[in-house]
Amino acid sequence: MHPVLSTVLQRLGLGLATLLAVSIIIFISIELLPGDFGQIVLGQAATKETVAAFRLELGLDKPSYLRYFDWVVGVVQGDLGQSFSGRAASGQDRSREVAELIGPRLKNTLFLAGITALISVPLALLLGISTALYRNSIYDRSINATTLTTISFPEFFVAYILILFLSSLNQWLPSLANVDAATPLDERLLRVALPVLTLTLVIIAHMMRMTRAAIINLLASPYIQMAQLSGASRTEVIIKHALPNAWAPIATVIAFNLAYLVVGVVVVEVVFVYPGIGQLMVDAVTTRDIPVVQGCALIFAVTYILLNLIADIIGIITNPRLLHPK
Amino acid sequence: MSQETHSYSANAENANFSERRSVWDNFKLELRKSPFTARFGIIIILLYALVAVFAPALAPYGQAQVFPSPYDPWSSTHIFGTDQIGRDVFSRMIYGARNTVGIAVATTFLSFLIGGTLGLAAAIDRRWIDQILSRSVDVLMAIPSLIFALVLLSIFGSTITSLIIIIAVLDSTRVFRLTRSVAVNVVVMDYVEAARLRGEGLGWIMRREILPNIMPPLIAEFGLRFCFVFLTIAALSFLGVGIQPPTADWGSMVRENANLLQFAQYDLRAGLTPLLPAAAIALLTVAVNFVVDWFLHKTSGLRDE
Repeated sequence: MHPVLSTVLQRLGLGLATLLAVSIIIFISIELLPGDFGQIVLGQAATKETVAAFRLELGLDKPSYLRYFDWVVGVVQGDLGQSFSGRAASGQDRSREVAELIGPRLKNTLFLAGITALISVPLALLLGISTALYRNSIYDRSINATTLTTISFPEFFVAYILILFLSSLNQWLPSLANVDAATPLDERLLRVALPVLTLTLVIIAHMMRMTRAAIINLLASPYIQMAQLSGASRTEVIIKHALPNAWAPIATVIAFNLAYLVVGVVVVEVVFVYPGIGQLMVDAVTTRDIPVVQGCALIFAVTYILLNLIADIIGIITNPRLLHPK
Repeated sequence: MSQETHSYSANAENANFSERRSVWDNFKLELRKSPFTARFGIIIILLYALVAVFAPALAPYGQAQVFPSPYDPWSSTHIFGTDQIGRDVFSRMIYGARNTVGIAVATTFLSFLIGGTLGLAAAIDRRWIDQILSRSVDVLMAIPSLIFALVLLSIFGSTITSLIIIIAVLDSTRVFRLTRSVAVNVVVMDYVEAARLRGEGLGWIMRREILPNIMPPLIAEFGLRFCFVFLTIAALSFLGVGIQPPTADWGSMVRENANLLQFAQYDLRAGLTPLLPAAAIALLTVAVNFVVDWFLHKTSGLRDE
């Protein structure tokens, strides 16, 4: 077998194993709840029968490995279970499906993250590569100082500073990003402007610094110096010699930061009251609605693992040493 | 004519040098050569530490003391006004230094205790301990830590103890990786082998043979991890699932006073109130980063920029 194919398959297998392990960890979270959590969910007024029916619905009478199996089969079919909220002590069940709760919010979050990625990835690569090429110039130093400061700031600080200047002192942009399915696209874009700006500032700082470090690291390697000494022009050195080896680190940087975006989204959504999956998860944690927490966590974790896996695979298939084996 | 001896005496020469510089002297020498940013960082960190230690003496009011007028503007009685239920914001800022920073420091120490010990153990015993620990760390690191923390907090509830333990355990994975990777290079040294042949136990080898030799990167990492932990706890508190009221904490203070931002056009100082705790968080993170940068540059370890 071609070494690239076998390495890719190996990574895929590893990713699948990680996914399995993560799903077990997320599943176990419900096992760790105290024994009387049925009473807590349903309220003190719940009768023994209602609690027993609730436990039966969760399948607590079955051994845990069977329940895990059922859960995984459900998840694969898109069934994430029933939310804990909306259950009354009387046994009346107005709870909603977790998948139904997550669905529209996931779209909103993907919209927000997608636009941010579209802006921040090219911009960060451009800044990272240019600062690496003009290292130690005033341009490089000022950008570095700015990004180091941004990294040290909590996301909500950046967000509130932007709100203060762009939305409170000057009413240029809306500070609330409350969109729904009926909001037209232009209105939607205007409303997510501030969240996107916040996320972009935070992400660019990380991504640009990592790109810069990767490029500097690469330009210091002996074969680049050899190419320079042999009289190749600056563009030729970068396009022909540096770039083929730079794809892997750049892909890693991008994936790492898109994964970071997944987390940053949580705080930003809460600040701007954006109806996304991050806000849903925080609300579910506050009310201890475990099935919703599990569903959201699973989506976040899967995205994170997939992004890292894609970066790994890009790194492998663009690796010149693997592509041209001896 | 008296014969004076000018012969060389190693003893005499040594005598001149026998007074060695103490650690403190060295530190003062280094400090004199330090860049402005590092001095600034050290001063800020010391300032925060002082405020944290002497919080009850410095704060004009108690952290949970409620006054009858909520959302008071800045005045001489309430320097930064009062919050949404009438607590003095300035006093809560001061107590916040103790609570928020204190909890973050405790968490970072715990995380280094767990991650460092396991990392050293894995580096020394490269067989099954290493395999089991490294693979479980891989899995733990496959979930973003804020998300993982949210899941665990929803199960164990948001008490300060569970917050510290959860963040420390999640963060220790990164400490584990670093400790293991730097310790692996030290474990193969002859003196470690000698200690092993001497019959020293695992604990001795960890503490006396390896730890002193991997201290510089670990100290720098401590600063960086502190920043990360500090920001994570602040984010969780901001989200309302971290440090719970009435404990004064900078993250939750931002959230509680966020409504004031919309009044910034009428009274700029009201708009600044929610930004104060956020700025306090940012300033400390920047200060720690400055000091870590200087320290890394001094010990010229991880970063070669």
